[in-house]
Amino acid sequence: MCVIDYGVGNLRSITKGLEKAGATVKLTTKIEDILNAEAIVLPGVGAFKDAVKKMEPLKEVLLKEVEDGKPILGICLGLQILFEESFEGGRCEGLALIKGRVIRLPSEVKVPHIGWNTIKIKKKNPLLREVNDGAYVYFVHSYYATPDNEEVIVATTKYGVEFPSVICDGNIFATQFHPEKSGEVGLKILRNFVAIVKGSI
Amino acid sequence: MLTKRIIPCLDVKDGRVVKGIQFKNLRDAGDPPELAQFYDEQNADELVFLDITASSDKRRILIDVVKRTADRVFIPFTVGGGIRSIDDIRQVLCAGADKVAINTAAIKNPEIIKEAAEKFGSQCIVCAIDAKRVRADEECKNKIVVETSEGKFWWEVYIYGGRTPTGIDAIKWACTVEKLGAGEILLTSIDYDGTKNGYDIPLTREVCRRTRIPVIASGGAGTLEHIYQVLTDGEADAALAASIFHYGTYSISDVKRYLHDRGVPVRL
Repeated sequence: MCVIDYGVGNLRSITKGLEKAGATVKLTTKIEDILNAEAIVLPGVGAFKDAVKKMEPLKEVLLKEVEDGKPILGICLGLQILFEESFEGGRCEGLALIKGRVIRLPSEVKVPHIGWNTIKIKKKNPLLREVNDGAYVYFVHSYYATPDNEEVIVATTKYGVEFPSVICDGNIFATQFHPEKSGEVGLKILRNFVAIVKGSI
Repeated sequence: MLTKRIIPCLDVKDGRVVKGIQFKNLRDAGDPPELAQFYDEQNADELVFLDITASSDKRRILIDVVKRTADRVFIPFTVGGGIRSIDDIRQVLCAGADKVAINTAAIKNPEIIKEAAEKFGSQCIVCAIDAKRVRADEECKNKIVVETSEGKFWWEVYIYGGRTPTGIDAIKWACTVEKLGAGEILLTSIDYDGTKNGYDIPLTREVCRRTRIPVIASGGAGTLEHIYQVLTDGEADAALAASIFHYGTYSISDVKRYLHDRGVPVRL
């Protein structure tokens, strides 16, 4: 599978997490890699605007591939980019694969939301196979997504507000937390994604 | 519910963990990657790696050790020591660090925090502050003075690994780095570090109350009670410790169980 390289930050964590989960990983900014990959991963480092800008040349191909059924996993910022628009650093348009917007966490709590928090599972999903309700995962973010269609919400987390922490819409999967930094639980989620891609669950 | 974090710290010198030699549960306690993996498996919430010599001629060794250590952990990994420029930050992040801790460089050039936060995001910029108590019996202009059970104090920022005083008020500096875009503060008490007498609670509490970003308390952990105190009375978001874990006085799960039994939210 290919991990899209936005050109900033640490991509080693997600790469080695996916490798540990059994995937062969290629970091890329090339169209042909997206076409050849079995799945696409949007990693969770950097800022919304820069990442969207970096993805501009790949956008058309990526949207077509996802529309044709290629599995995609968005992590943290990678989840947020899937939405129509974000207000991080001024309004900015995302990939619009999922309807809704990305807004800032409320000011009553410390922002960024950094640390281990629980997920409340709202509906069954292969991505969370063998993951317990109330499992701890690692978050680092200041913004969260608000999908128009609540049906796409697989799990939520409370921090100032109750926000979607796992989202699924057909072949589109996303987590607001970092599975690659969430110890055993996170590795299980990555293994589940690999299994989904291979068609074994 | 967001949990309090327990963070073991690897102080690395010449590629070896320096406090870990007598650590019972590991044969080669001096190897950073091995200890890191051990703490990951023990359910530590994060790991901090500090290159305490950090001279520039050792740069390549650091990056190599950072890389090998990062490869073994699947929890957040912070690296600090001798980071002086945006390029250094990029190098450390590319080696597998999730966050970088900046200390001396931030005092010398505060703009580095701003620039780094804009480039890599606030979430990966930790500002490390080493603070030392200064008696404030007479009036201290422009300093934040706190009344403690041992008298009135203000706290001075030290740089170069605690060797050089700066005259800067540590509590005010904490507020400044938040404004500049730091995502977290790693607050170490020089007075208490290594003493095992407990954290500097008044200092930690004051910084926590005046900032809106997570604060990691460091320096002084000797007992389970100390960790409990700094997370409750001290209001810290996370507690960092080195010797009690390296020497095997307590395991990560001893700490977490103790906190859990007393109603502190932790990831068991």
